[in-house]
Amino acid sequence: MPRSSPSLDMTPMVDLAFLLVTFFMLTSKFRATEPVVVDPPSSTSQILLPENVMLVTVDTTGRVFFDLTGKDVRRKMLEGMAQKYQIGFSEQQYQRFSVMGTFGMPVKDLPSYIDADEKKRVLMDKNALGVPTDSLHNQLADWILQGYSSSQNNLMSKGLAGKDLKAKGIRYAIKADGLTNYKKVKRVIDIFGENQIFQFNLITNLKGAAPALAAAH
Amino acid sequence: MAEVNSGGDDGGKKGKKKRPKKGSTRIDMTPMVDLAFLLLTFFILATTLSKPKTMEIVYPKKDNKEIEKTKIDYRLANTILLGEKDDQVYYYPGKFKTDTTVLEPIDLSKDGLRKLLLDKNKTVNDKVVQLESQLLKRQINDSTFKSLRGKAKGDTLAPFFIVKTVDKTKYKTVIDVIDEMNIANAGKYAVIDMADAEKAALAKKITK
Repeated sequence: MPRSSPSLDMTPMVDLAFLLVTFFMLTSKFRATEPVVVDPPSSTSQILLPENVMLVTVDTTGRVFFDLTGKDVRRKMLEGMAQKYQIGFSEQQYQRFSVMGTFGMPVKDLPSYIDADEKKRVLMDKNALGVPTDSLHNQLADWILQGYSSSQNNLMSKGLAGKDLKAKGIRYAIKADGLTNYKKVKRVIDIFGENQIFQFNLITNLKGAAPALAAAH
Repeated sequence: MAEVNSGGDDGGKKGKKKRPKKGSTRIDMTPMVDLAFLLLTFFILATTLSKPKTMEIVYPKKDNKEIEKTKIDYRLANTILLGEKDDQVYYYPGKFKTDTTVLEPIDLSKDGLRKLLLDKNKTVNDKVVQLESQLLKRQINDSTFKSLRGKAKGDTLAPFFIVKTVDKTKYKTVIDVIDEMNIANAGKYAVIDMADAEKAALAKKITK
C-alpha cells in the first residue's frame, strides 16, 4: 500500500477562513479618526454602545464635538442646518460631510473644514472652537434637533412605527474626559433636557472588577 | 470465489497510457492560510475591542428647584456632596439643616462609599442578588427578571441618593459615584447642583 502524502487538503479550511474574513471585513466598522483625544473614566458597566447613536464629545477644556451615525441621516441633518443658518453647501460638500466623523466648530466654519484635506483637518481640529453651546448661539441644540428629526424621518421612511420605532430610535451618548469639569458636561445634558431628551449612554472604559462579586460580598 | 470481475479490461489500461510528465496541480496553500487566519484574527479582535462600553442613565425631567420642592420622604434621603477634587466627598443622611447637619467625609474606595451604599440599600440589594441567582438557576426568565428587578429598585420604601456637584467637580468623580450606585443596585438616584448652604458647609469642611 502506498504511503499517503503528509500534506492534507486544505481547501475547505481556506474556504472557511476566507468566508469569515469577508464576513468580518464587511460587517466591521472602523473607528473614524477622532478630532480630540478623550480619555473616558472607567466603570464596571457592561452595556455596549447602541448602533444608532448621536454622540456628543466633551474634551478636558470643555469644547463640544458632535457626531451622528448614518450617511443619509447626516446629509439630511446638514440640509436642515444649511437652511436654518442660510449657508449654501455644494453637492460635493454634502457628500463629503455624509461620510465624515466627529466635528466641533461653529456652523459657519464647516464648509472650509469639509473642503480641507486630512493634514489641514488635523490642524483645524487642534484649533477648533467646539460647537457653540452658549444660550445666544446654541448651535448644539440645533444640531440635536436636526439630527433627531432626520434620523426619525429616515427610520419612518423604512416603515418603522410605534414600538419598533422607539426601540430602534436614536440614542444619545455622551463621551467626556475624566478630567472635564462636570459643569461642562452638565451644560450639554441641560441642552438635551431642553429638547426633552433625558436618557443617555455615558461612554466609559471597562474596569476589571466583576460587579456581581462585589455586590454579593 | 467472491471476486467479481466487472469492467476489468478497461480498468487496467489507464495506468499504462504514456503521458508527458505533468507538474502537480496542487499548490502549497500554507502561506495563504496563514494570511487568511491572520486577517481573521485581526478583524475579530478589532471589532470586539472597538465597541465602547457605556453606562445608561436617566436624568430627572424637571429642573433642580422643582425636585427640591416635590414632597420627598427625607427619612429615605441620602445626600452625597462632591467637591472639586475626588478626595472631597462628603455624606449626610436626611434633610440638610444648617445648624445640625454634620458632613461625614467618605472616600470612593471599596470600604468607603460602596460599603455605605450597600449598607443603606441592603434590602433592595439583597432582593436583586436573590433575583440574579434565580435567573442563573433558570427559575425565572429574562423578562420577569428585568421587571422584578425594576420593581425592587423602584420600591417606594427604597432609600434614594442625591448626588450634588459643584461647578468644578470632575466628570470622573461623578461617574465613579454613579458606578458605585450601579454596583450597590441603587435604582433611585439623581445628580443635581449643590445648594448654596451646602456649598458653604462643604467649604468649611475642606478648609478645616
